[in-house]
Amino acid sequence: MGNSDLAPSRALLKLAPQDNVAIALRPLHAGERLDLDGVALVVDRAVAIGHKVAAQAIPPGATIVKYNCPIGLATAAIAPGHYVHVHNVKSGYLPTYVLPTP
Amino acid sequence: MTLPSLSGYARADGRKGIRNVVVVVYLVECAHHVAREIAESFRDSDVHLVGFPGCYPNAYAREMLERLCTHPNVGAALLVSLGCEGFDRHGLRSAVAASGRPVQALGIQDTGGTRKTIEAGRDWVEAMLAEIATQAREPMALSELVVGTICGGSDATSGLTANPAMGVAFDLLVKAGGTAIFEETGELIGMEHLMAERAATPELGTALKQCVAKAAAYYATLGYASFAPGNAEGGLTTIEEKSLGAYAKSGQSRIAGIVKPGIAPPRGGLYLLDVVPDGEVRFGFPNINDNAEIAELIACGAHVILFSTGRGSVVGSAISPVIKVCANPDTYRRMADDMDVDAGSILEGRATLPEVGREVFALTLAVANGAATRSEALRHREFILTYKRFEALGPACLPM
Repeated sequence: MGNSDLAPSRALLKLAPQDNVAIALRPLHAGERLDLDGVALVVDRAVAIGHKVAAQAIPPGATIVKYNCPIGLATAAIAPGHYVHVHNVKSGYLPTYVLPTP
Repeated sequence: MTLPSLSGYARADGRKGIRNVVVVVYLVECAHHVAREIAESFRDSDVHLVGFPGCYPNAYAREMLERLCTHPNVGAALLVSLGCEGFDRHGLRSAVAASGRPVQALGIQDTGGTRKTIEAGRDWVEAMLAEIATQAREPMALSELVVGTICGGSDATSGLTANPAMGVAFDLLVKAGGTAIFEETGELIGMEHLMAERAATPELGTALKQCVAKAAAYYATLGYASFAPGNAEGGLTTIEEKSLGAYAKSGQSRIAGIVKPGIAPPRGGLYLLDVVPDGEVRFGFPNINDNAEIAELIACGAHVILFSTGRGSVVGSAISPVIKVCANPDTYRRMADDMDVDAGSILEGRATLPEVGREVFALTLAVANGAATRSEALRHREFILTYKRFEALGPACLPM
């Protein structure tokens, strides 16, 4: 779901105005402070390119919205800027399989 | 944009091929080694190995091999059987002969064992290569071109760059009268309502939603979504999120119909290939890896496959060339030899989505005219075929 005017200097991209997550356009580091459309975000851990952070405070049970599509449900409260992934989101359809941590 | 003229090899059924491949086909695993020894002596020619490992008969596998042996990119077929397996070798041989292609069947038991069969097979393939080399390419319309798309080794960049770029290429192809097939109903879970809104008819919209519901139920029984651990490492959190990216491959065109493996779309337009078996869950996962799906797209008549990857897949395929569109700029820098298009340039602001989409489309046409893809040059000719079961297409699936 592309966006044709991405600039390399930008750190985050919200694919649609309705989204409550933003995409990292470059690697983000823990503690990094960013401003996204006037919302102050604090990144809680290293985030790789293409991964997601919360664009606003997300309460537990809320629907995660990316490109104006529901992509799962929050399993915990997520603060603005915090990493959004399998540790705090579950599928509304089928469980996500990840390898056990070595 | 000015479109180049295409050319292809004319076949008796009216279709045209963009390659002139000799397929060597094993009809049971017991014949695999002999078939491979035959094919590998022609590794610098378009001699490709395909086959089915099972000894028990399966209507799907029979249909798949018939569609593949009579694919427009195939010029001749050598069938290698052991002699006691359950595959209907006579039926397959008759079907290939009826398509006007040279076909030879060798039974290892009848021929006198491994060495004699390999020798006989090599002699036949050598003669066929000389024979089909005299065929000339003829003008081919863009409306005769069939392109399939798949994503594999996806990460969070796939849905941002390569998949929408391939969607742009698909829109250009459909606009020019060509046929585009997207796939994997298990990776459209969560997108069913959006997809149904693009259906040519309300009945097709209902059928599209039913396809996805079937996939969700099938995967739920198996306990896994179509989701690899590498997808999560790449930043995809749920099957819905993976679907959102996968769905972008389909572009914006109206959806003209649904096909199943081996069914060729009746005319140009955008089609969904339903790859999830019908009926109760049996024979395991719908597709055990990307090549199982690629083989099904090719069995539907796809001349070329557009393959997007973020993590970095390296596979190609027997019979039809595979174009690799790399979504992730870091992956591209690491694995550039395997990649045809650097779509990660969109993320880094070096190119725009429409530009990369046009590049993918232009490359598709160049490959159709004979240019080798990276995976072809590296001799990637992967193939896999397993047991499955399908029922006939529903009445609303194909355009009237």
